[in-house]
Order: sequence, then structure tokens, then C-alpha cells
Amino acid sequence: MEESWKKLIEEMQNGSLRAMTRLITRVENREDGWLDAMEAIYRIGGNARVIGITGPPGAGKSTLVDGLTRRLVDSGFDVGIIAVDPSSPFTGGALLGDRLRMGKATGLNGVFVRSMATRGALGGLSQAARDAVKIMDAFGKQIVLVETVGVGQDEVAVVKAADLVLVVCVPGMGDGIQAIKAGVMEIADIFVVNKADLDGADQVVRDIQAMLDLGAGPSTPDVPVVKTSAALGSGMDHLAAVMLERLESRQRDHEWLKRQVKEEIFVLLEKEIARHLRCGWERNGNLDRVVGQVMSGERDPYSFVKEVVEQFAQSCPEIRT
Amino acid sequence: MNTEKRVRVLVGKPGLDGHDRGAQVIAYGLRDMGFEVVYTGLRQKPEDIARAAVEEDVDVVGLSILSGSHLAMTRKVIEKLAEMKASDIMVLVGGVIPEEDIAKLKEIGVAGVFTAGTPVAEIAEFIRSHVRNQGPDSQSVA
Repeated sequence: MEESWKKLIEEMQNGSLRAMTRLITRVENREDGWLDAMEAIYRIGGNARVIGITGPPGAGKSTLVDGLTRRLVDSGFDVGIIAVDPSSPFTGGALLGDRLRMGKATGLNGVFVRSMATRGALGGLSQAARDAVKIMDAFGKQIVLVETVGVGQDEVAVVKAADLVLVVCVPGMGDGIQAIKAGVMEIADIFVVNKADLDGADQVVRDIQAMLDLGAGPSTPDVPVVKTSAALGSGMDHLAAVMLERLESRQRDHEWLKRQVKEEIFVLLEKEIARHLRCGWERNGNLDRVVGQVMSGERDPYSFVKEVVEQFAQSCPEIRT
Repeated sequence: MNTEKRVRVLVGKPGLDGHDRGAQVIAYGLRDMGFEVVYTGLRQKPEDIARAAVEEDVDVVGLSILSGSHLAMTRKVIEKLAEMKASDIMVLVGGVIPEEDIAKLKEIGVAGVFTAGTPVAEIAEFIRSHVRNQGPDSQSVA
């Protein structure tokens, strides 16, 4: 491993916050040698538990994270927070404002908050957040809370990296589950109905419960629905307790752990292979050539993809190009 | 090196000054110019701003101060950054700053001062041309 990486990792192990945060930046930027560095970092950690928190914009995720953090710290946990906000697909810029609403947690001793932008497709939200989790883990964090952007495709990916997923709902969004019905319902390990001091909270709980009952089978795990009002602090102790209990049972689920590791390997591979192919083609002009051919009608994207994929094809006879 | 480097900027308002429209305009403007901007909001203690800057590993801290306490507040932020071995983070100050204080701010370590009316593009350009070198020599934090 390159000396500058080695030094940073060493400094991090000696407790340097600065070294840890610099490692997150360098890994996020995919600086040369990052895979070697992550290999070493992965071996140091392995103890942190990851909780993903997702839900529609304005559901109170940051405030909820703030409140949960205080309770986890009170219970003796060393907590890290990753707050993800979207990058502009046009400029690549991002406004990361979640710290604003985490005022109480950020002041607590030992709590660490890192804001990350989604940075479009390359590098990917889920991978950058996953790497940051590993680095915080190696730094000694016991629980890492990952707060995602609103609801959509990306968050489903980020929560796959979590040991436990909280889906936050609020009253006043149509028929209660309107805003989060697609894809996101299935990923919840715990439903949180936040802003429960507002009218309609019980209706949201009933809607979620009805939907869970519909999908329930003998092998479906029960999913708790917890009412909170994060801004007022009510229901938060209960939520923290439910969360810790679920976290513990998750760790005994070997089938589930196996799926997580498999998923982790594939997400990494996908991103890295695509990144390398793209970089190589941009350098040798292959991509430009094909783009030109497609535009002039000489060629189509499908035949090109087929040609590329055939290099890998022999490993899986079931998929025929 | 095929990196995906983005310049990260923290925009903070130290002290008891309750007007953050200017800071927000800068934050949105820098975002639109491709920066990752961490906005920490109103009424921050200098030590909280310094700590946030280290946690977020930003390249630049931009302080927006309209209250007249720019010298004291900026000095404290710079001191706290030094305590956290983060003096390599560039500090900029914006807001209502009397002409005669600009030199004083630079003396205590501020890289640039931008008073009201400065176009965001000018600040962006300043950051891009002054941000710390990301070469291997600048990577150790000790």
C-alpha cells in the first residue's frame, strides 16, 4: 500500500479524527490505491452496526436521527452519522444541509457527522456511503446511522448496506403511504410514523398495518410500526429500544448475513468494472468511435454491448447473448 | 489519477447574527457552480464550525458575518482549526466588513474577504485557484 494511505490509516487507529475524515474523502474521490486502503480498513473494523433511515423529504429524518443519536449515546454507544443529500446531475454540486437539524447530536462528545452527496452514477451513493461506514467502523464507531435522500431508486440501494432499515412516514401525504409505496415499503424493518402529534397519524399507522397484513405469510417477519414525534421527543425511547432489539436478532440471522455479503461484493464489482471500462474506453477512443457509429446509423448500441459482454459470457452458459 | 474529486466548502455563520440570506445565496450559488456545500446554519459557536469543518473534511470554510464581530469570531475559528491540526483548510470571510479590517483579517490567516455585492462566480473562481494542493505531500494530517 502507498505510504500516504498507510500513514493515514495508522493515524486513524491512533484516534485522529482528521485522519479518519481525510480517509473518507480520499476513498470517496477514488484516489489511486483506495481499494488497497479499504482492504486494510475492512480488516480493522467489523463491529459497527448500520441503521439506514429513509422516507419522503420533510418526514423529519434528520430530526429523528438527532433524537435517536442522543438516546444511543446515553445507552453507551459510540455513534457515527452519514447524511446523504442529492448532487445536481447538471453541475455536480450539492447543498448538504442535514447538519442544520442535528444540532443536539452534533454537540455530543464522540458523535461524528459526515454529509455526503450522491455524486450521480459514477462511484455511486451506496458505495461511497458503504465505504464511509467501514471507515467509521475501523475508527471505533459502534452504530452508524445512514440518513438517505428522499424516496426513490437510490435509497433502496443504500439501505441494502444497512443491518436495519427504518422507513419514516408522516401524516398528511395522501392516503398515508402514497409517497412511499413503490419499492420502499418492502425494505422496512421498522416503520416509523413521525410527527404523530399531527392529525391523521393513527390513520397512517392503520394504513401501514393493513398493507403489512396483506403481505404477511407464515414466513414473513413481523414489522413493528412505531409512532414518534421527533421534534417533541415523544416515542423516541420506545423506538430506540425496538431498534436495538431488532438489531440484535438480525445479527443471529445467518442467511441474511450471507445475502448482505453477496450483495456487497456485487455492488462493488459492478461499479468498479463499469468505472474501469469507461475510463479505458475514454482513453483509447473506443467509446467515441462507437458513439459516432451509432449516431451515423452504422451500428446500434445493442450489438456493441453484445460484443463486450461476450468476453464474460462463457462463465454463465444460462445467459445467452 | 482518475479521481472524482469535488471541492467541499462549509458555509457557516458564527455568533449571534440572525441574518443568513447572504450565506444562503452563497451556498446555493456555490452549489450551482459544482461545489459540495455543507451549510451549518445560524448562531454557531466558532468551535462547532471548526469541528464541523474537520468532520466534513472541507477544503474551504466560508464565514458569513454581518454583526461587526468579524475579527473576534474569525480569530476564534482559525484558532480552533489550528487546535485540530486543520490549518490547511482555507478560511474566507464575507458579509459586512469595513475596508480597514480586510488587512487585519488577512493578517490572522484569512485567505480572502468578499464584501456584499461580490458575484458568486468571483468567489468560486478564487476557491478553484487557491484550494489546497491534493498531491501526496498534502495527505498526511500529522
